Amino acid sequence: MARPPFSINRFRIIFIICWLVILSETIFMLKWYGGGWGWQVAVIDGLISCLVLFIFCLPLMNILRYHTPRQKYYFNIFIWCVFITGVWLLVTHWLLSLILEQYAGYIFFLDQSQILRGSIGLLLTGCVALVTVIWYHWEEQKENEKRKQDAVQLSKEAELFKLRQQMQPHFLFNSLNSINALIGTQPENARKMVQQLSDFLRGTLKKEETQWVTLREELQYLGLYLDIEKVRFGNRLKTLIESDALTNQMKLPNLLLQPIVENAIKFGLYDTTGETLIRIQASDEENNLLLKVENPFDPETSVSSQGTGFGLKSVQRRLYLLFGRNDLLVTEVNNNVFTTLIKIPQAEKINEMK
Amino acid sequence: MKVLIIDDEPLARSIVKEYLQKHPQLELVQECNNGMEGLKAIQEYKPELIFLDIQMPKINGFEMLELLDHPPAVIFTTAFDEYAIRAFETHAIDYLLKPFSRERFDKSIQKYILASGSRSEMDPKNITTEKETMDLLETASKSPAQSQRIVVKNGSQIKIIPAQDILFLEAADDYVKIHTKDGYFLKNKTMNHFEQVLDPAHFVRSHRSYIINIQQITRIDPYEKDSHIAVLRTGAKVPVSRNGYARLRQVLGL
Repeated sequence: MARPPFSINRFRIIFIICWLVILSETIFMLKWYGGGWGWQVAVIDGLISCLVLFIFCLPLMNILRYHTPRQKYYFNIFIWCVFITGVWLLVTHWLLSLILEQYAGYIFFLDQSQILRGSIGLLLTGCVALVTVIWYHWEEQKENEKRKQDAVQLSKEAELFKLRQQMQPHFLFNSLNSINALIGTQPENARKMVQQLSDFLRGTLKKEETQWVTLREELQYLGLYLDIEKVRFGNRLKTLIESDALTNQMKLPNLLLQPIVENAIKFGLYDTTGETLIRIQASDEENNLLLKVENPFDPETSVSSQGTGFGLKSVQRRLYLLFGRNDLLVTEVNNNVFTTLIKIPQAEKINEMK
Repeated sequence: MKVLIIDDEPLARSIVKEYLQKHPQLELVQECNNGMEGLKAIQEYKPELIFLDIQMPKINGFEMLELLDHPPAVIFTTAFDEYAIRAFETHAIDYLLKPFSRERFDKSIQKYILASGSRSEMDPKNITTEKETMDLLETASKSPAQSQRIVVKNGSQIKIIPAQDILFLEAADDYVKIHTKDGYFLKNKTMNHFEQVLDPAHFVRSHRSYIINIQQITRIDPYEKDSHIAVLRTGAKVPVSRNGYARLRQVLGL
């Protein structure tokens, strides 16, 4: 939520000074053009008019805080201003005629000046509305800017973290060990695995220029990773990937699906003993790319069943930074099957990283 | 001499098997897929030496060793070097980082033969003379591996206690009583061991004989002079000494 303008001290001072200027100007004008009743009437009239208008402007500013209309509805703001000015005219007319009745000719003067008062009132409410709209636009812009910066930063950190923590000690060395074993007995397969591992590493390294990729590309990359894991764990790992021509063309931020599958493998494969089926399903739901990753897990031994680990947390954070939403990643536990669901909005790519 | 390989990756087992062929005096009796299988096979075959991976399904390598009353000689084979310190604390013969060469493997076997010949327990100091090992321990000390769970033997059953389910630990002669809401379990370890192994952000040594899970504390009351008593969610009361109180305050940010 953007900060309201009144939370800033400087703005509060400027706002009050503006109103004081308007107030004194009104009093002078009333003294000058009025019916020669002296300062008292001018001050009372001016004070009441300005104070009521000021009070009426507060709800206007508050409405604009929670509901800033889209560009083509700016006309609505004008209607609100007209409405507020109308009510203001009625209220001040009633108040002033009640208080200043005894001054001869004042009521006549009041009635005569309604048009002028109305136009000045409309002008002032219009100014207040304009300033408020500009203020919130500016605040929103700043917030978006910050979110975008955070997103870039985080994806960098995620990449670095991946290289440092997840791949090196664990995935990389174990894969090298498998290759070492294959060299003695199945040199052809050793060669193949070296190729797969290199392609996978290259894929991780070059992912910087193109930040959004099609699901097909991400699945291809994932395939390399899964093939390596299959060599390491023999027939224990089975995968089932379901994606059709439509979902293949849908886009997602790169390296988003992979940590989820890694997490699935970590709990599904590293922590269980039998055969493990990792199932990845892609579907289109009202122009959202919906990805479902399922893995079995052992509720007895997996301590962090509530959880996540770095993988899912970073995915959740990235989705928030990209779309400003926290509901895009959901996990479910059902009969020893752990399901991770992510939704990637397609049309909305406002915050797309460059 | 009987030998056992315990590793969850078939290729990782096959490389050890291949290297072992040059050492006919070592007879491979079985290959095991995980810690549970390993436990059974060790009790069945009583091997002199095992090659043990650390990260495995069900129970990991360390947890498996802790469940054995008379563990055989161990050579760890793993890709993680952050476990090296714990590995040497278990008086392992050696620590082979994957992928390892045949020369390195042969050296480990020599070490084992030397150690078993002298009939004395391996002193970690004897192996820290190597530069490689020194480096290993140095990297490991930068990222100490904390346990998220404790594995105990409950009769013939093996019970895995997630760290967050532990209420507190209590010293009891040679054992440590691990209190959970399902009662307590005994483990033949020292309080210092648990103090090192459990996450210090959650477990605090509140007293010489007590380690407390701070997430379980509901309040801390004064008790006699200089000492306090911590009341847990379950209503259990745990003594807090003067030093323990200072440590608790530090961790709780008071």
